[in-house]
Amino acid sequence: MLGEILMTGGVVVLLFLGWQLWFNNLVSTTQQASVADELSQEWAESTPTASPDPTVARDPGPPAVTAAPAADTAFANLIVPRLGADFKRPIAEGIGTSVLDNTKLGMGHYPETQLPGELGNFALASHRSAYGGAFHNIHQLVVGDSIWVETADGWYKYIYRSMEYVRSSGVGVILPVPQQPGAAPTESLITLTTCNPFYSSAERIIAYGVFDTWYPRADGPPAEIATIATVS
Amino acid sequence: MYLALWRILPGAPWLRVLQLVVLAALVLAALVLWVFPTVDHLTAPQDVTVE
Repeated sequence: MLGEILMTGGVVVLLFLGWQLWFNNLVSTTQQASVADELSQEWAESTPTASPDPTVARDPGPPAVTAAPAADTAFANLIVPRLGADFKRPIAEGIGTSVLDNTKLGMGHYPETQLPGELGNFALASHRSAYGGAFHNIHQLVVGDSIWVETADGWYKYIYRSMEYVRSSGVGVILPVPQQPGAAPTESLITLTTCNPFYSSAERIIAYGVFDTWYPRADGPPAEIATIATVS
Repeated sequence: MYLALWRILPGAPWLRVLQLVVLAALVLAALVLWVFPTVDHLTAPQDVTVE
């Protein structure tokens, strides 16, 4: 009798590990991708796109500043080709468990940080290996890789620049100018934060990107990410 | 425990096996839908933010 109870308990623990490390990730990845696709679809339908004349030099003008999002609501998509040919995940407002431990969201924007189109730091957090593990392969980013943010206004291109490892208390990484309290920002950054090493939260791994250019939605998706940006 | 369960279930052996499969599926569904997410939030969370 006791043996049966203990063995049942052991099986349940193994099932939990299978759920946490595999099944829940699979469910989260699928659901998050479909939320991102629905957002793209919605934005594409609300704004008619023209085909710009390729012989005319592109002049997108200053980037549109993203409207302040409501808490716990997805307002943008992150597209990083290095993290997967079809890597597109929704970004929601807030970094609480309601966003990060959510099979449909999973990636959050630090509310006190800036938004795409603003000078300063657009800082995001997501899991490394749970709830879809969006940033599982963040350490594989190579300097010069593109990091795209899609919003209702268009596509913002950031270029991956550097990586940093900090303690969980290292709030300097999400400042408008990282690690320089009080400094006035002169460029727009994107900062991705997640845990390090795998399956641990001993440290944080931080990836920085710097804003390069943007593509207004009316001009249609940029060629580099056309296949993933367009929802079929 | 499982022997007692086998004795309690009515019907022919194949019917009992069928009932056990259904019971196992119900238990698994309850674990995945409610128990595991709750335990996941109660145990040490994998913090990914700086604060």
